[in-house]
Amino acid sequence: MTEAARKRPEFRNINALSDLPSYRLPAAGWVSILHRVSGALMFLLMPFIIWMFDSSITSEISFAKFAAAFNVGLGFIPGWFMKLVALAIIWAYLHHSIAGIRHLYMDTFHAVTKEFGKSSAVVTLVLSLGLTVVLAAKLFGLY
Amino acid sequence: MSVNHGSKRITTGAHYGLRDWLAQRITATLMASFTLLVLVQVIFTSGPIGYEEWAGIFAAQWMKVLTFVTILSLLYHAWIGIRDIWMDYIKPLGLRLFLHVASLIWLIGCAGWAVQALWLL
Repeated sequence: MTEAARKRPEFRNINALSDLPSYRLPAAGWVSILHRVSGALMFLLMPFIIWMFDSSITSEISFAKFAAAFNVGLGFIPGWFMKLVALAIIWAYLHHSIAGIRHLYMDTFHAVTKEFGKSSAVVTLVLSLGLTVVLAAKLFGLY
Repeated sequence: MSVNHGSKRITTGAHYGLRDWLAQRITATLMASFTLLVLVQVIFTSGPIGYEEWAGIFAAQWMKVLTFVTILSLLYHAWIGIRDIWMDYIKPLGLRLFLHVASLIWLIGCAGWAVQALWLL
């Protein structure tokens, strides 16, 4: 039997429960998985996003309802919770956009060195989280 | 690694090409540009933004056309992304096909609603 034909060790997928909790991701790994999470989140919340678009542009009355949903609440849902969902969308949009621009930059300039991968990932995380905090303060009326 | 090309192509595969990859980047660029366009108009509006100012941004015909293009871009972009997620994590063919169809219905329904809201303005 030749060297190549001998049975080689086979590595299967890691276990989600026993391996993942101890699996430490580098910054680029966090950007990558959060890109997917933020995309899926916006996909699931798309009806809410379109409801906001629809009610905010249709008429003066629907605009007032739209504003009231965040200020006093909508039915049994309190206003602060509506704002929290909107904030989740804001974060998802920011992260997805900035991580996407990072992708485009890397595609265009073939900037795929290990150092650039790490530094641009850190910039993506700092920018998206920083802007989310700034907009959260605005959304909840801190300034 | 099982063979999944040629006559063994999987029904729910990605057509194994460059087109979707490129389409996702083009639609992303369109949506990012549209975001900037709306953002600029919001920033350069003087005074508080009420219904008149906000709806006014989308009222011009050229802006409606651009918004329409953005909605279609979003539809296509999200379809490619969600399809990739199903292809990565969902292996049984029947379940994956069901999720693909459900995602398409979800996305096309959402796009229809957005377009209706846009053109009623």
